[in-house]
Amino acid sequence: MALSLGKDLIGLEELSADQIRLILDTAEPFKEVSERAIKKVPTLRGKTIVNLFFESSTRTRISFEFAEKRLSADTVNVASSGSSVEKGENLVDTARNLESMRIDMVVMRHPSSGAAQFLAKRIRSNVINAGDGTHEHPTQALLDLLTIRDRLGRIEGVKVCICGDILHSRVARSNIWGLVKLGAEVAVCGPRSLMPRGIEGLGVKLFRRIEEAMEWAEVLNVLRLQLERMQAGFIPSLREYNRVFGVTVERLARASRKLLVLHPGPMNRGVEIDSRVADGEQSVILHQVTNGVAVRMAVLYLLAGGNPERAEAAKGQGSSREGAE
Amino acid sequence: MKPILLKGGRVIDPSANRDEIADLLIENGKIAGLGSVASREGADVIDVTGKIVAPGLIDVHVHLREPGQEHVETIATGARAAAAGGFTAVCAMPNTDPVTDNQAAVGFIVKQAQDARAARVYPIGAISLGQKGQQLAEFGEMVGAGAVAVSDDGKPVISSHLMRTALEYAQTFGIPVADHCEDHTLAAGGAMHEGLVATRLGLRGTPAAAEEIMVARDIILAELTGGQVHLCHMSTRGSVALIRWAKDRGVVVTAEATPHHFTLTHDACGGYNTNAKMNPPLREAEDIAAIRDALKDGTIDVIASDHAPHHYDAKERDFDDAPFGIVGLETALGLGMTELVRRGTLTLPQLVARMSTEPARVFRLPGGTLRTGAPADVVVFDPDADWVVDPSTFRSKSRNSPFAGRQLIGQVELTIVGGTMVFNRASAQMGSAQNADVAR
Ligand SMILES: [Zn+2]
Repeated sequence: MALSLGKDLIGLEELSADQIRLILDTAEPFKEVSERAIKKVPTLRGKTIVNLFFESSTRTRISFEFAEKRLSADTVNVASSGSSVEKGENLVDTARNLESMRIDMVVMRHPSSGAAQFLAKRIRSNVINAGDGTHEHPTQALLDLLTIRDRLGRIEGVKVCICGDILHSRVARSNIWGLVKLGAEVAVCGPRSLMPRGIEGLGVKLFRRIEEAMEWAEVLNVLRLQLERMQAGFIPSLREYNRVFGVTVERLARASRKLLVLHPGPMNRGVEIDSRVADGEQSVILHQVTNGVAVRMAVLYLLAGGNPERAEAAKGQGSSREGAE
Repeated sequence: MKPILLKGGRVIDPSANRDEIADLLIENGKIAGLGSVASREGADVIDVTGKIVAPGLIDVHVHLREPGQEHVETIATGARAAAAGGFTAVCAMPNTDPVTDNQAAVGFIVKQAQDARAARVYPIGAISLGQKGQQLAEFGEMVGAGAVAVSDDGKPVISSHLMRTALEYAQTFGIPVADHCEDHTLAAGGAMHEGLVATRLGLRGTPAAAEEIMVARDIILAELTGGQVHLCHMSTRGSVALIRWAKDRGVVVTAEATPHHFTLTHDACGGYNTNAKMNPPLREAEDIAAIRDALKDGTIDVIASDHAPHHYDAKERDFDDAPFGIVGLETALGLGMTELVRRGTLTLPQLVARMSTEPARVFRLPGGTLRTGAPADVVVFDPDADWVVDPSTFRSKSRNSPFAGRQLIGQVELTIVGGTMVFNRASAQMGSAQNADVAR
């Protein structure tokens, strides 16, 4: 039976392990497309994709745009960030307008949890969640999974600790769902004031101290610490955060295993992660960025109805036609 | 006014410990007799065999939105929704626009309610001017104009000094001070109950402690002052334990719980269902169990709906931005019957007590009784009738209910206020299509 993703990609909570593996496997042939001189295949030719960003995010938007362009889709970027947009009411109108323009897919980033699902329920086009509030950021987690799989050859049984502000992190939630479904052992570590209630209910372990987490884990996924958390009274200072929870060269050296270090970016160097770690040999941060494009190509391809078995062929077909373009 | 003779019903009157098959005669707007009444000259004789005849239901906590938001509810539509739900009286919270914080504003509600000719509407005045939490409103003037209690509901009373003063000052007029218990620094930004569901949905949670801290404070202030604090819409097991402790100590505290808080858990917020967004939020199964126990043993005195109409557009948006609250007048009895009586938590007379006799006692209102000479505020309902909640048939102007499609038992047949029939299901069936048209 052919596996599909359904109409939308809202989060990894709704996906099965097989669906997640399907995306990762489909991403493999697309990695190669980005290595070519002419980085383009005609797979989504004639499809219209709107990148709707209600919150600024250069890196995710660019990654999606590359993925779309390399699949030959027509893309439109709509950015309406922050206070100029009344987010709630506008979403209904936005949905109606998009529907009227007969677009095929919407990639949306929104500051409210649930916004992607809200839109997906109201329009016929495919909706891809590029981050909604503190809910999910599925393509980020998928690229993290792909990177771990690339480096360690497997995900099942791997011990991954997600470090930092779990409370406000959609990246953490998506990673937890994805990792747990694929059989990894998952832990979270950070100040108790930045841990959501009931997080253990998602099947994760809790570490109070980063040293303990590092001793246990094989992979660290270090989250960005938003500066606003200090003003909101969750932590006293960035300085202290770095001293207590920072991923430093010294701490990494003390761990008995050689850890793999991921970071979804953008980094606060010297806060949650030291520069020497970020730029060091244990860091796979740039590998993540490369995988981001491949994973997003896979998601776009699958949602557009692409047959997973033909992803390889689609790629081949692309290269044969390249001369004509 | 023609006399009405209700024949052959099961008459339940908790005020007299009565539960028997009997006839009830209503004459000149009053209960004229109870027992075996063969017939009455010129009376409308209605056979209510198999039905429950009880004192009209009383809801001490509703939001009727007038003045200010007449597009979502008016006093007239709210009073009609109440009548359709079996309520003969409701108490309207003062968080209107402008706030009901003075004699004239209270008088306006009384006047609108008289014109509506449906359920009685008793205004609740604000505790503080503009509900700003600073200066006391004129309780005496408002009571003179018809207010039956004071509350800043919609907002908590943040200042303990103000709450203390209100509890002291209200004693002159013998009215309860109703509080919406919420520590706003703990609850700030919370859209639902803090717990696993909020964590999964990525929504900011409000911990049970935000309610319990204020419940504890209010109890302590009630003990200090000797005033009557009435705790609105209790939602946590911790609050129940605190009230039980207070009542054991003899503190003058009364409390209410809503049908949604004894029926739904935070799971109802799944899929970002904005019709399950309310304040206080839907909590956990253990909280529901504690509230049911509290309704059984009287720790919680009354069931109140916290009827909170909102426009379709206001709920048709992302969860964080949607307003709190649901409509409840037309589902309260059915939920009480289905969730409490059918499950064996309460007997039928106990449910009638929590929805009629006790609210009358707690807020010192007329009604809640079928004794001879009392105003004829009566409800007749069919305890066995099965029905499915369809918000499009609501008399309320708003449809924001999380119970749409839910199967309930217990359906109102007749609602009589002061001897006048204000709701009759048999004749309403015909009018319902027309009613739906008017209300969109
Ligand atoms: Zn309230």
